[in-house]
Parts: sequence; structure tokens; C-alpha cells
Amino acid sequence: MTDVTTPEQLAKAKRAANLAKRYRSERRFRAFGMAAVLTAMGILGFLMTSIVYSSIPAFTHHHLTLDVVVDESRVELMVDDNNQTSVDGNWLGLVRASLRAHFPEVTSRRDKRKLYGLLSIGAGDGLAQMVNDTPSLIGQTVQIDVPLSDDVDLLIKGLIDRTLPEQDRLISDLELSWLDKLTADGLVHRAFAWALFNNGDSREAEMAGLKGAFVGSLLTIFVTLLVSFPLGVLAAIYLQEMAPKNRLTALIEVNTNNLAAVPSIVFGLLGLAVFISFFQMPRSAPLVGGLVLALMTLPTIIIATRASLASVPPSIRQAAMALGASRIQVIMHHVLPLAMPGILTGTIIGLAQAAGETAPLLMIGMMAFIVDTPTDVTAKATVLPAQIYMWANNPERAFVARTSAGIVVLLSFLLTINALAIILRKRFEKRW
Amino acid sequence: MSLSFLVICLAGLGLYSFFFGRHRIRAISRQSELKQHSQDTYHGSFLLICTTLLPLFILIIWSSFSPLILNAMLRSKLDILAGPLSVGEMGVQLAQAKALYAGIINPAFVGDSVKQAAAYYGELVSMSNTARAVLVLSAAVAGIGYGARLLDVRFRARHRVESFAKWLMILASAIAVLTTIGIILSLIFESLRFFDKVSLSEFLFGLQWSPQIAIREDQAGGSGSFGAVPLFAGTLMITLVAMLVAVPVGLMSAIYLSEYASPRLRNIAKPTIEVLAGIPTVVYGFFAALVLAPLLRNGGNDIGLTVSSESALAAGLVMGIMIIPFISSLSDDVINAVPQNLRDGAAGLGATQSETIRQVVLPAALPGIVSAILLAISRAIGETMIVVMAAGVAANLTANPFESVTTVTVQIVMLLVGDQEFDSVKTLAAFALGLVLFFITLGLNVLALYVVNKYREQYD
Repeated sequence: MTDVTTPEQLAKAKRAANLAKRYRSERRFRAFGMAAVLTAMGILGFLMTSIVYSSIPAFTHHHLTLDVVVDESRVELMVDDNNQTSVDGNWLGLVRASLRAHFPEVTSRRDKRKLYGLLSIGAGDGLAQMVNDTPSLIGQTVQIDVPLSDDVDLLIKGLIDRTLPEQDRLISDLELSWLDKLTADGLVHRAFAWALFNNGDSREAEMAGLKGAFVGSLLTIFVTLLVSFPLGVLAAIYLQEMAPKNRLTALIEVNTNNLAAVPSIVFGLLGLAVFISFFQMPRSAPLVGGLVLALMTLPTIIIATRASLASVPPSIRQAAMALGASRIQVIMHHVLPLAMPGILTGTIIGLAQAAGETAPLLMIGMMAFIVDTPTDVTAKATVLPAQIYMWANNPERAFVARTSAGIVVLLSFLLTINALAIILRKRFEKRW
Repeated sequence: MSLSFLVICLAGLGLYSFFFGRHRIRAISRQSELKQHSQDTYHGSFLLICTTLLPLFILIIWSSFSPLILNAMLRSKLDILAGPLSVGEMGVQLAQAKALYAGIINPAFVGDSVKQAAAYYGELVSMSNTARAVLVLSAAVAGIGYGARLLDVRFRARHRVESFAKWLMILASAIAVLTTIGIILSLIFESLRFFDKVSLSEFLFGLQWSPQIAIREDQAGGSGSFGAVPLFAGTLMITLVAMLVAVPVGLMSAIYLSEYASPRLRNIAKPTIEVLAGIPTVVYGFFAALVLAPLLRNGGNDIGLTVSSESALAAGLVMGIMIIPFISSLSDDVINAVPQNLRDGAAGLGATQSETIRQVVLPAALPGIVSAILLAISRAIGETMIVVMAAGVAANLTANPFESVTTVTVQIVMLLVGDQEFDSVKTLAAFALGLVLFFITLGLNVLALYVVNKYREQYD
């Protein structure tokens, strides 16, 4: 009678089994939670790594060192009314001629065109700049680095597989042999791709840069700040400090919160219908873009400002009032300065959001192909995210790296803005 | 006089009036025996307001409406110069005349009537600018004169300035309401014109979406069709995929971080996850279109599935990633708001931590979590860049997430990007879609608010 189990023992065993099950389920639940956190962080890591990794090729470009004869017969020195000299000439032709000097055996038209195809379309720009800076170079031989075309650059970087059969490759065997000769002569070298930061947009990947879009972004954000900051702060002061509690202010409050959740593309439609179609403001202008983004950012600023105002303790207000300050004096002289760090932090975060926004700007035409850097808020312009969008749509291979590089620049820009907000908060925030 | 110069002049006058007012009240006060009512600064500010308020108003109104009037005048001039023109020709000539005036196009490329019109337009613009400058500056000077006469020791400058400030604040708060009204009116107005041409029932229940309308009447493939059901279905599918990613990951990480994680892990993981919310959507779009979509397509090929390179899956997955921080931070807040004594009570009855969470904390936090999910859905429906870059353009009515679908926002962008007549059915269709989008997201937000207010437990 040793293996007789009493009801008590049975219940105990059942409880133990049950407990083990419950503990297992506890561990499982915990593991799920941990997995979710790791998934979210891992995705962020993967996203960042893949973008940074694919951007690396765009930060350098291969150049060819050439001795170019600045032939007097092919350039023209001009002096305008203000005694400013400028030199005009077929710069690309000069550069190409000097490349051909390395390959005297290339004579047929087709081969020549292929040979010239090794160079970027913008290969003459550097020479033009150089000779314009020092016109005395005319007639002399100058040594200059000219950019190679994007496909050649990709090939040297190993992003185009040179072992592929010729018909599957963008670069033919003949071009490859020329390139090998130039490389063997030590004329090809890698340099930092300044074009990415100094140039405007271009159809050629190696010449395309972010300068125009960056300036466009700055102008747009400037307009946004100018409009949304004063309006947002004034509105928030009224709603938080002065407004009577009635139906109307309740309506404004609900409305502000709802506006914060309206999809950004709807603001683009508003901008198109009101600013462009009705008020006939110019398309693609930072002015209109800035106004649209300002309306979008307004709720963010109002909400942040109200929170910041609410965190100033009432004792400050009471003390100021006891000394005879008027309501507006209390707010302007005491509450607002104390709330300012929080207000600025909220504003900066709102502006960072606006700086990364694309959809509403597509509606008002801020994704046109614009080479020049915009100079004022009514000029045609594009912004960084829109530039990234346009590059992402470009089927050429070299634009993939270009796009990633644009994203890296945009993210660094946003990171800087946000870091500013964090510093501001850490430095000036008061805990009551 | 150009706009920027005029603004600088006005600012200069304003600055002058401020110092002038301060100076003047001091002079008056010295000769008076009465006690001064307001501080000097208020007198200066009062004069500043007198000087700039009316001119600024004139400036804004004039600059906003003069392009409209000038445009109408140019139009009638062109009618006289070039005879009756069709709508298309008129548009072209208007644009040419303006471009010629701005010096963008070469005069050799345009006709005589356009040249004359451009010259006429130039005269109009300079006349308008001169009139504006005269009006604005004389209003400013008159303002100084009017204000300066009011300044006196017993003049209640502070009251005037403060009530002005109050009205300014009221006006600023009204802007938010005006924006909403502007959105609703412009969407409804354009949509009504759309529904003149396409019936509401065809739009809402039609199964065929092909907005490519012929430019000329006689061109092949005449009229487009505007049945939006495929767009709604596509939006719904991508949103569903996004939620399948975002809700489990977001919710579980919120639970883990608020209930299990050590403060150190929490301090690292919470900001890291929130970085996902700060990444611009165009970056997610790039990631979806150029990193994830090829991965999915190749992976699908390997296991024998045909995955379109613009599959709903890629767009939905990435949108889900974007929404994770949204759900996790909102849920984190509501989970933290559940009072600790509920947890202690459950622990006292012998519940394990996960049982406490599942049977006590989550039910208590449920209204907040549901509202977070509703807000996330609204965010997903309105999201544009990811789907524009990663989802398709063709309107397929399909339930297969490996195929390409299109969404409401994609179609709005496709219909509006590029130059076209503002009155075409295509453009108007975008506004009708925008109206639907606006009301759906608004409805979800209101619902989210309602859920929280109705079902929230008060634990104080």
C-alpha cells in the first residue's frame, strides 16, 4: 500500500503541475516582451545600418588627373561694362581633347564618343572655374582633376561586376581596357565628393548635389518659424491663461487637438486650393511651403506651449498679482519667461517634424527639378525630403547611393535640431 | 516700391514711433503735476501700434488680392488684344505674358499680343506697387500723428495696449479654427464640383478606378472612371498589415518596458524606440521601396511565391514599423496610469506578474489602448510617402498582400503632381479623395476620444 495516493497528495501534485505551467507561461510572456523590445530596436539598427551602408559610395568619387591645354583659340575672354572679366569656352571639349591625347589610336566617331563617355558631363566645370579665377592660365597647360562618369565610378568601386559578360555590363570591354590603362598610369584616384554638398540638383548622378534643396529647406523652415511661433504662442497664452471657460474656448481646444491629427497631405490640399489656386501665390515657392507647414505645426506648438505654461506654479502668478501687476504683465514679465525653455523645445521639435515632411509639399509643387539655389522665399525651390524622393525615383544605379547620402544628411540635420532641443531643455528647464 | 523695401520702411517707422512716443510722454510728464497713469514703454508701444496696425492690414490685404485683380485685368486685356480665346489658349497666353514680364522667356518666342499684354501687365504691377507704397506709408504717418496727439499723463496707454494684445491673442487662437474651416470648405467646395461630373454613388461604390482622362475630347480612351472601392480596399489592406506589425510589437514592448524592464534598460530602450517616430516618412519610403521590397521579392521567389516588387506587404510592414513608437508610447502612458495598488492586490492573491498584467492591468488600461490603436489606424490611413514610394499606382481589387495595390493617398499625389488645369476632373477627384480621408481620420479621432472618455475607470 505504498503507492496509494491520498486526495491531498493528488491535489498537491496537481497544484505543483499547475504552478509549473503558470511559471512557464510567465517566462513565455516575459520572453515575448523582451522579443518585442529587441525587435523594435533591431529594426531601427537594421534601417540605420542599411541606409548608412548604402550611402558610403556616394561620399567619394573617382577623378581622373589630366593635363589640359587651355587653347587660346577655343576660349574667349570677355570684359563686361563693370570691368569684370569672364572667360567663356568649350571646357568639356578641352578636357575631352586632353583625354584623347592619351589614346591616339581612337579615331572612329563611335569610339571617340565612347571614350568621352568615361568622363562626367560636368567634367569641364572645374576647368571653367579655375580659368575664370585666373585668366592668365589661358594658353598654358594646367593639371586638373576631372570627375569620371557615374558608371565608371561604380565599376571602380566594385559595385558593377566587371567579370560579367560584356552584354550584361554597362561598360564595354573596350572602355574597360582604356580605364585599365589610365589606372595603370596612376591617373585615377579617389576623392571626397564635394559635388554632393556644393552642387544643385542634376540629371547626372555624379554632379547632383544637395545645396539647393538644403537652402530651400532652410528658407521654408524660416517661413514656418516666423508664422507658427508667434501665432502658436499667442494662441496658447490666450487659451491657457486668459480665456473664459465657455463653449467657444472648448470648441477651439477640441479643434486644435483634432487639427494635430489631420493627415499632412490634407494640409497640402488646403495649400493648393487656398494659397495657390485662390491667392495665386507662386508654385514651388518656400513661401507657400512654409505657410502650409506652419499651419501643420501650429497645433504642436500650441499644445507644447500650453503644457509649458501649465507647469509654471500658480504661486508665481499670485506673487506678481499681489505686487500689482496686471494680468498681461504677469504673463509677459513672469510666466512666459519661465515657460520659455519648454516652449522653445516644443517649437524646435515641431519644426524638426516640419523639416522632414514631404507629402504636403508635393501637392504645392515643391518637387520640381531645380538646379539653381533659391535666393528668396518666392523663388522656385525644393526641400531635402522632396529631393530625396526625386532621387529615389531615379532609375539610374548611382542615384541609390546618392539618395542614401541625402537621407544621411537629412537625418544628421534633424539630429542636430533635436539635440539643440535636448540641450535647451537640460540647461534651462526648471523643476518646481 | 518692392515689398521687402516697404516692409523695412514700415519697420523703421514703427521703431521710430516707439522711441518717439516714449520720449514725448517724458517731455509731457515733466511739465505736468499729475501722476502719469502708464509707464513710458506703454506710451511708446501704443504709438507703435497706431503706426503699424492699419498699414500692415492694408499691406496684407493689398498683397493678397492684387494678384487676383491684376490677373483678371490681364485676362480682359488679352481678350481685347487677341480676340476671343479658348480656355486653354487663354491659360497659355496668360502664363506667357507673365513669364515675359518676369524675364523668364525670350521675347522672340511669343506673339505680338502677348508682348503688348506683358507690357500692360508691367504697367499694372508698377502702378499697383506704387499705390500700395503710398497708401501704406501715408497710413503709417497718419497713425503717428493720431497717436501722438492722444499721449498725455492721464492717458491710459497700458489699457489700450493690453486690450490690443488680448485681441491679438484671440485672433491667433481663431487661426486654428479658421484652418479647420478652410480645410473643410476647400475640400467640400472642390468635391461638390467633382460630384457634378461623377455621381456620388459611382465614386463610393464603383469598382473601377482609372482616372486617365483624355486631354482632348476626341482622343481614344475618352473618359476615366472614378470608382474608389479599390483604393479603399488597398488602404485597408496596407493598414491591416501595418497594424499586424505595430500592435503586437508596440504593445508588448510597452508592457515589457513599464512592467518588467530595469530602469537602465528602460532609459535606453524607450528613447531608442522613439527615434523611430522622428524619422521622416520619406526615409521609410526609401527603405520600403529599395531595401525591403527587393528582399521580399527575392525571398518570395526562393520559396515559390510571386511577390510583386510593389507589394502591399512591403509598404504595410514598413508602415507598421513607423507606427510602433506611436502605439508603444501611448500604451506606456496608459499602463503607467494604472494605479500600483491594483497590481499589489493581484500579487497578494498569488497571481504571477504576467497574470497580473493580463487579467488586471490590461483590462484596466484597455480603453486607453483601444484609443491608441484607433489613433494609430488613423495615422496609417493618412500616411502618404511610404505608400507613394513603395505601393503601386494601378488600382487592383485584390485580397492578396503579395500583389500591388494602391491607396487613397497615393492617388491624391498621383492626380495632383505635375502641372495641370485646376478645373479638370482629375484634380477635383483628388479633393474628393481628400474629403473622404479627412472625415475618416476625423471620425477615428473622435471615436478614440469617445472610447477613452466613456470607458475610462477613475481610480482616485
